[in-house]
Amino acid sequence: MSGMHAFGKAQDIAALMNRRRANAVAWNLVFILSTALAVLFLLLLVCSIVDSVFGYAVLTDEIEPSALVPAKSSVGDFSRQELEEVALTRLSSGVLRRVEHEKPIAQRSDKDLRDLVEHYVVKPKVLRTWGFWDSLTKRAEVSAFIARNPGSYASFRSWLTPSFIVSDQSADPLRAGIRTALLGSLWIIMITFLFAFPVGVGAAIYLQEYALDTRLNRILKLNIFNLSAVPSIIYGLLGLAVFVRAMEPFTSGALFRSFTDNTANGRTIVSGGLTLGLLVLPIIIINTQEALKAVPDSLRMSAYGVGATKWQTIWYQVLPVSVDRILTGTILALSRALGETAPLVVIGASTFISVDPSGIFSKFTTLPIQIYQWSARPQGAYRNIAAAAIVSLMILLLLMNSVAIHTRDKIAKKKRLES
Amino acid sequence: MRNIPLHPFGKRPRIHERIIESILFLFALLSIVITLGIAIILIRESYLFFSDPEVGFWGFLTGKEWQPMIGRFGILPLLNATLITSVIAMSLGIPIGLFVAIYLSEYASDKTRGILKPVLEVLAGIPTIVYGYFALTFMTPLLRSIFGDGTVEIYNTASAGLVIGILVLPMIATMAEDAIGAVPKELRLAAYALGATKLETTIRVVIPAALSGLSATFLLALSRAIGETMIVALAAGAGPKLSFNPFRAAETITGYIVRISSGDVSYNSVDYNSIFALGLVLFVITFTLNMVSRKISNLFHQEYD
Repeated sequence: MSGMHAFGKAQDIAALMNRRRANAVAWNLVFILSTALAVLFLLLLVCSIVDSVFGYAVLTDEIEPSALVPAKSSVGDFSRQELEEVALTRLSSGVLRRVEHEKPIAQRSDKDLRDLVEHYVVKPKVLRTWGFWDSLTKRAEVSAFIARNPGSYASFRSWLTPSFIVSDQSADPLRAGIRTALLGSLWIIMITFLFAFPVGVGAAIYLQEYALDTRLNRILKLNIFNLSAVPSIIYGLLGLAVFVRAMEPFTSGALFRSFTDNTANGRTIVSGGLTLGLLVLPIIIINTQEALKAVPDSLRMSAYGVGATKWQTIWYQVLPVSVDRILTGTILALSRALGETAPLVVIGASTFISVDPSGIFSKFTTLPIQIYQWSARPQGAYRNIAAAAIVSLMILLLLMNSVAIHTRDKIAKKKRLES
Repeated sequence: MRNIPLHPFGKRPRIHERIIESILFLFALLSIVITLGIAIILIRESYLFFSDPEVGFWGFLTGKEWQPMIGRFGILPLLNATLITSVIAMSLGIPIGLFVAIYLSEYASDKTRGILKPVLEVLAGIPTIVYGYFALTFMTPLLRSIFGDGTVEIYNTASAGLVIGILVLPMIATMAEDAIGAVPKELRLAAYALGATKLETTIRVVIPAALSGLSATFLLALSRAIGETMIVALAAGAGPKLSFNPFRAAETITGYIVRISSGDVSYNSVDYNSIFALGLVLFVITFTLNMVSRKISNLFHQEYD
């Protein structure tokens, strides 16, 4: 047993082997744990956001509903007659005149009247909010808080509601919504697409199909890689100096005498869209180049073989085959633009506007900017609506990406059938 | 105009083909114009900034105070905060990202990879503002409950740095996996033939072989962390302070640019020019990192192609 081997004593070798095995097991564990940690981060991120979207809010009313109509503790219980009565007697004369002017009280729907009474008479205010998890586990804390604040009551609510999506911006977190921001984001994305898609695809076609391996073309390729890694805030500075300042007559719409808002001075949708267009341009170029690279050369050769010109080959053969991939890459680039915040803040997107954008020369705000503004406020309820806005943004991104993935799968299937 | 004889077999001039090619070339050239535009604008506005009598170029680079109100423009506090957040981010992102990459390329089964890759893609696709919210509402309270409210300020560079680390993690993992995957199989087989375990093969053979690709990845991630804006704008705090304590608030270069430009700045003021000077510093740093990263990764490709 205790014989000598070529590499030392038997037990030394056994010990060495054990050490190596232990090492392997330990590191294997480290690798798995690291990966689990990465997954955990994603879970925590999602959970911490969803957690803030639902939960208890403790509210207090300026005038309690029971003081308006005896024995009824919620505006929801008011009858039609009571609603009209409260609206006519309790609204301040200025508000009443404006409301009547828009639509007479008698003709308004019950829901409409309830909202009016809630907003102008009862005026609920958020005192404190709890996340979903705390709402489940810390009921006692909530009741203790209500006991300390007479006149307050708790309501379990979802901050993400249909009315949150369609309401406009408001200083009151209970009434604020994201409609203006959502429309702003969609307008911006449209401009970004209109600018970056043709230019990006065109540049990629040149680099992939036409460019010879010359010095200039090598510089072009290196430069596009570099641009894709420039911090987004730098694009904001570029947009500020070029689109907002130097091209103000154009971007404010003054050149076309069609500006909708002359206070925007250049900080308009077209400036924002072009800035993001520059930002995603290198991404679209790189993605399109990848798509074109995937087209087999035999296809080009056969087109040349039957006498097609270069452009005919590209237009009738190469592009139709790669269009799905190009679109997928473009959607991915646009979803990057949809989530960008810093460049738009730098070019001076308006932070508080409640007027919907009406054209490319309007002032704007976007979903990420809205999220930024709400998150930066210290009061609790703004955090909740920021989370609700984040969920809306993520759903929008998810929709875009699932379209991209769907087309990608469709190509994969088509390719399988063809081969 | 030259008169070209029409010949049935000659090469006919195709004007529209040439026009299309020139337009496409102009589109490609636009990328150079963008780069030049960035450089020219940053340099021009920075020149205006440095030619202001209150600001000196030397004072800008070495000053320990950034107080535009009293005319102190020293970049060190801002640069210091940027470096602290980036170093924290890298010390979380590099090891974990690398381990995830090793696990994915060397250990995981195809099925596990099929689940994990989309997770990384989702993480990479989340807008940075969402990470900023996460830093503010999750990471900061977490740090405060671990180290105590007294030690950790509400806004602090540690929270921002850690979340930037999470942000760059999927990027590091994906690129590092590519680098490791590009190492030829023969190297691994040779190591196995010598009796090395999987771990020994990975650590002693594969990682060293992929080192240049990996360092290119890390440099690119560092450049990304330095340029990251929304996370620090939300979580790191306002007000440039020269402090090495990661639990205190400090403003980074990007955080300062966002704060100043979201207020009402009048053009041609020192404040307005100062954000361009800071932008120039940021651009030079990230551009250099990107170029070095690209050089290294080119070397790597030549090694094995």
